[in-house]
Amino acid sequence: MGPLAPNEIISENTNFLLAFFIGIAFGWVLESSGFSSSRKLAGIFYGYDTVVLKVFFTGAITAMLGLLFMSLFGWVDLDLVYVNPTYLTSAIVGGVIMGAGFIMGGFCPGTSFCGAAIGKIDAMVFIVGLFIGVYGFAFTYPWWEKMYMAKYLGEPKVSEKLGMSDGLFGLLLIVAALGMFIVAEWAEKKWPREEY
Amino acid sequence: MSNNTTNERSRRYLNPYLGGVLLGLVLLAANFVSGRGLGASGAVKSVVATSIETVNKDAVETMPFMKEYAGTHSGSPMKSWLVFEMLGVLVGGFLSGAVAGRLKLKVEHSPKITSKRRLVFALAGGILFGLGSQLGRGCTSGSALSGMAVLSMGGFITMMAIFGTAFALAYFFRRNWI
Repeated sequence: MGPLAPNEIISENTNFLLAFFIGIAFGWVLESSGFSSSRKLAGIFYGYDTVVLKVFFTGAITAMLGLLFMSLFGWVDLDLVYVNPTYLTSAIVGGVIMGAGFIMGGFCPGTSFCGAAIGKIDAMVFIVGLFIGVYGFAFTYPWWEKMYMAKYLGEPKVSEKLGMSDGLFGLLLIVAALGMFIVAEWAEKKWPREEY
Repeated sequence: MSNNTTNERSRRYLNPYLGGVLLGLVLLAANFVSGRGLGASGAVKSVVATSIETVNKDAVETMPFMKEYAGTHSGSPMKSWLVFEMLGVLVGGFLSGAVAGRLKLKVEHSPKITSKRRLVFALAGGILFGLGSQLGRGCTSGSALSGMAVLSMGGFITMMAIFGTAFALAYFFRRNWI
């Protein structure tokens, strides 16, 4: 049955229409969780607000479990679901540059659009920066190309690489997340903040 | 923090674990419908590619970035799943903010710094995030969150690099936030 678009159960235009509605839900969830506020987002790095950690990991685990169960029930063919390729060098270097951008700018791309939607001027300026950064990459691409293509490992699953089943890895991830949530709840009590 | 502010905050925002489950269901829906996860920087990339193509019709042949883009994306760049999704994000964010009474034009910053300083750092952070998301083939949404949901090794590595770096640098930028 699923995924619908790759299986041609829905047309391309229906797929785009559903993208718009999925986007509305995405924006709604991010905004109502507080992701439109850079000071709430940055809280994870100082311990005063750990909403990023809780929402992010709960979200990743929910989707991961959902996909595993839907595959088990035969509702979705995981072979047709896109698995991000792994280019080791650029995954690390890109991530490091993004991490620096996160602590300086207080947003990531998705959350900056949420912030801009409710009138945060700092989020709008961040988006201007995003465009400058992407244009910068586009025009200097030949400089980066070697690093961009280096250490291509295919589309490995982390569970495969660790030599365990998807289910066991999922279970370990849940246990790790629960551990982090306990630390997060403790940190919020230890470094409380007034309303911001 | 007094009990009062805690209550006020919990009224204002969703419980984070509930928010996380809802986010996971949205991500699951994206995978079920389109066979791909969510994303944000990819939409910016599509707009950038479209603008370059509009100004310079030959860019697809002459510019390596555009060649690479065309190789991994079919059809017109603006007719991209992520562009429609991000238009939805603007609508959804606006609706949520409207319902909760959070629509307000303002620069949000710590009382210890000026608006100008906040905006300079927001611009610099945006530039770095834009650049890094291209190098890393996706941002916190497309690479880290969506990658983790499909157990992509690259997704986990990028997630750890993003959060690890931000934690490592937090001390140097603390004046901006605390």
